[in-house]
Amino acid sequence: MRVKSVFARRIGLSLLLSAVLGGGGVAFADDAAQVAVPVVANPELEAEVMELSHKLRCLVCQNQSIAESNAPLAVDLRDQVREQLEAGKSKDDVLEYLVERYGDFVLYEPPFKTTTLLLWGGPAALLVGGAGWLAFRLRRRQAEAAQQARLTDAERDRARALLAGAAPVAADAPSAEEPRS
Amino acid sequence: MKAKFLVPLFLFLVLVGFLAFGLGLNPREVPSPLIDKPAPAFSLARLDQPEQRFSIDEMRGQVWLLNVWASWCVACRQEHPVLVDLARRNLVPIVGLNYKEVRGDGAIDARGMALEVETAQAISRARGWLKAHGDPYQLSVLDIDGRVGIDFGVYGVPETFLIDRDGRIRYKHIGPVTPDNLQKVLLPKIEELKRAG
Amino acid sequence: MIPELGHFALVLAFVLALVQAVVPLVGAARNNQSMMAVARPAAQGQFLFIVFAYGCLTWAFITSDFSVQLAATNSHSETPLMYKITGVWGNHEGSLLLWAMSLSLWTVAVTVFSRNLPDAFMARVIGVLGFVSLGFIAFMLVTSNPFDRLLPGAPQGRDLNPLLQDPGMIIHPPLLYMGYVGFSVAFAFAIAALLTGRFDAAWARWSRPWTTVAWVFLTAGIAVGSGWAYYELGWGGWWFWDPVENASFIPWLVGTALMHSLAVTEKRGAFRSWTVLLAISAFSLSLLGTFLVRSGVITSVHAFATDPARGMFILALLVIVIGVSLLLYAWRAPKLTGGGSFGLVSRDTTLLGNNVLLAVVAASVLLGTLYPLFLDALNLGKISVGPPYFEAVFVPLMTPVVVLMMFGPFLRWKNDEMGAVVRRLAPAAVVSVLTGVGVAFAIGNPTWRTMLGISLAAWVVLTSFQLLAARLKDRHGGTTSSRLSTIPAAWWGMWLAHFGVGIFIIGVTLVGSIESNLDLRMKEGQQADFAGYTVKFRGVVEADGPNYDAMRATIDLSRDGRAIATLQPEKRVYRAMGMPMTEAALDIGVFRDVYVSLGEQLPEGDWIVSLHYKPFISWIWAGCIFMVLGGILAAADRRYRRLAERSAPAGAAAHAA
Repeated sequence: MRVKSVFARRIGLSLLLSAVLGGGGVAFADDAAQVAVPVVANPELEAEVMELSHKLRCLVCQNQSIAESNAPLAVDLRDQVREQLEAGKSKDDVLEYLVERYGDFVLYEPPFKTTTLLLWGGPAALLVGGAGWLAFRLRRRQAEAAQQARLTDAERDRARALLAGAAPVAADAPSAEEPRS
Repeated sequence: MKAKFLVPLFLFLVLVGFLAFGLGLNPREVPSPLIDKPAPAFSLARLDQPEQRFSIDEMRGQVWLLNVWASWCVACRQEHPVLVDLARRNLVPIVGLNYKEVRGDGAIDARGMALEVETAQAISRARGWLKAHGDPYQLSVLDIDGRVGIDFGVYGVPETFLIDRDGRIRYKHIGPVTPDNLQKVLLPKIEELKRAG
Repeated sequence: MIPELGHFALVLAFVLALVQAVVPLVGAARNNQSMMAVARPAAQGQFLFIVFAYGCLTWAFITSDFSVQLAATNSHSETPLMYKITGVWGNHEGSLLLWAMSLSLWTVAVTVFSRNLPDAFMARVIGVLGFVSLGFIAFMLVTSNPFDRLLPGAPQGRDLNPLLQDPGMIIHPPLLYMGYVGFSVAFAFAIAALLTGRFDAAWARWSRPWTTVAWVFLTAGIAVGSGWAYYELGWGGWWFWDPVENASFIPWLVGTALMHSLAVTEKRGAFRSWTVLLAISAFSLSLLGTFLVRSGVITSVHAFATDPARGMFILALLVIVIGVSLLLYAWRAPKLTGGGSFGLVSRDTTLLGNNVLLAVVAASVLLGTLYPLFLDALNLGKISVGPPYFEAVFVPLMTPVVVLMMFGPFLRWKNDEMGAVVRRLAPAAVVSVLTGVGVAFAIGNPTWRTMLGISLAAWVVLTSFQLLAARLKDRHGGTTSSRLSTIPAAWWGMWLAHFGVGIFIIGVTLVGSIESNLDLRMKEGQQADFAGYTVKFRGVVEADGPNYDAMRATIDLSRDGRAIATLQPEKRVYRAMGMPMTEAALDIGVFRDVYVSLGEQLPEGDWIVSLHYKPFISWIWAGCIFMVLGGILAAADRRYRRLAERSAPAGAAAHAA
């Protein structure tokens, strides 16, 4: 809409000009009838309703929360959420109410239970695994580098001969093709 | 070939297994958490005698079906002959839950409509539809605002619930019942429940 | 007749793809020059035929030839010309053709811009790309022919999905596909290297610009897509963690890791097996995304109409392309040990650390995206994994990435000293945290999210300028401007892209912290105060478009009596589909957007008007623009051209030896 908005602004300018020339302009609304009313009487409640609605999946939609969808079921469920919050129920009560009827599927934030253990624990496990692997690789590299730095040429030859007998050593020196920048 | 370099291939093949299996699944079909739980209690006006109310306690001791329908629901029309046929065989009583007959119809703007007006319209529409397509129901009840539907976890009409003698939901079918569903799944389950009690 | 010509051209493209896939690879194996020389003309010929086929399909759309099934279901005679043209890719078959065309375009680009590659290497690269192309053209011809006829032809078409009739959707898919498919080049380079066992710095140097350009396209594509969602869906959300968005984001994360890993492999000869794995993964994950969108295994807002037969075909394609690649990897990669050694504190370490983190993030997003499928397949119930999960996982994992990202450039390659760097960056770190906490309290939103976000953004911005200052101080003599001009484009690219991340974080954090919205019932002439602005509703008029009916509201936005903008949100009903659409109107500003959308008309005659105040939201896309510019600068560095030329003879010699 960037394109459109530039366009809109241009229109806006000409409208503004005509408004000024026509003696219009921004009215100072002392008149109560001139003040628009909010759709909801209670904005704090509505904010909570929307916050909760964003966490609930609309079952008939492709993949939308009941806050985003205007499918009839989404509207009904939003009304339910509002009604129950209004009646003083807690957010958890409302979630439980819906889970009892529609199952865990309605929750965009899956509950923590045995079947979701891997889901919730997975990223942490991956992180630990990744960090462990990284630490292992770095230590090995560092040990190799330190060892190379400390040994004299003769010792290095001897070590190389020993190691060659025991196990093949990963070539640590950069190959000839690599730049030494 | 070192084993650790086979790990990516292995993970990929596991993933492919799941994806292949996933092709045969229907991601839209959500199982009901109400299975094997008592059917939610309700008391709603009957379609045939709106001044009378029906509650599920009246069905206690019987194995029965609760079928969610509406005249605006296209898939209901598709399943209807199957239900009419089933009713004719007298195997199991079917109770109809007429779901949001007026306000569920996308063609009608029911906002601001008085409840009495809406109810009257719902009754005439629903009765007209049953007259035109046959009435397989022992009785139908009117869920004007869809609240009972929410209690049953209804998300797509038609849906059919199989309820046992103790009033527990034993099976839920989502979408139109086909002759094949009826023969292979519903009827055997009904038989089993009838024998059990 | 024209659709048949297009179909025939597609068949010819298939034949050429077959030639391109087989002949050069056999030639390379036998060291047969004339067979290798087939690569270029085959690839270029294939491109011409695909473009021709694409043109034929577009022609069917432009001329409203509704005897072509695809045009009948995705176009309408009243659709504006622009959307007739873009409607070609607003569906499964047409978008596949676009996919194949962009693969072919990348291949041709390789034949043109990488003339200096050794013949055998080039032949293998083109051959691998030919195999991928072969698979996709076969997919079209077998299961998804875009030229299928509808007999008898439909009198009128069903029109393109109104959601896609938008300027953002004109450029989003081509950019995204160029990005997805662009990773095929790095992939083909990696496979060619695995085939030859040649993994030197030259390989990494050849791969780098291609990877960066693909990444630029993907970044731009994702950014445009999210911008489209922002204004088109009517309530101002810009990222939903929908499976299809994730399908584009996962390759982006892996591609980002690949770019950085290639840098280390080029400079230091290190991480070689890891780099190859990333190159294979980036493209494989793009393919996986294609599968997810088109197979129906996952529910998404954006999924194409699905069909299990197609799903099976792509899955088979995935198994062949990815399976064979990973098998090749398992066979050859163990030889890729070694590389330059480096200490614990070095630029190498920070790059490797961020690589691992990015891979963990990508794997986590993939896990969340596919987890419902896993559970369902194991019959363990159905669950949904949505934004709350991804946010909970993403933020903690990305935080160290952003911190390390700014550490890296201050460290020397190979080995550096921790103390010196910490002393240098400590002031910036302290100031960042103070800024984060201070800003969070100043804007009245003292949450962890705000503090963390602003601290990270401040960290990136402060250290960016510190880095620039240090870089200028390093060069002695000359004026500041002459010292600036000695900095290579690649360095600017890096600097700008990293800086863009900081800008991006500011946008994301602030819009999440202090956005507000208000839904009003408005009658003509009424006004209301909202977020410091006065909004006046001047009424609604009919404003029908070529293929839709619309009601257009006019709303004046002013502040302290000073007019700022006139906004005209619309409510449209696209006639062919009867589908209602909300066209929001925005007043875009540097520090805030005011976003207005028109809701329903109430029975009493007043309208529901939805107002959104979105502070700093433009910074999200400004950050992406910086990243894109950074990528372009990095890829345009003269070094690549120079080095490619210099290494060419050496490469050829190395191969011959």
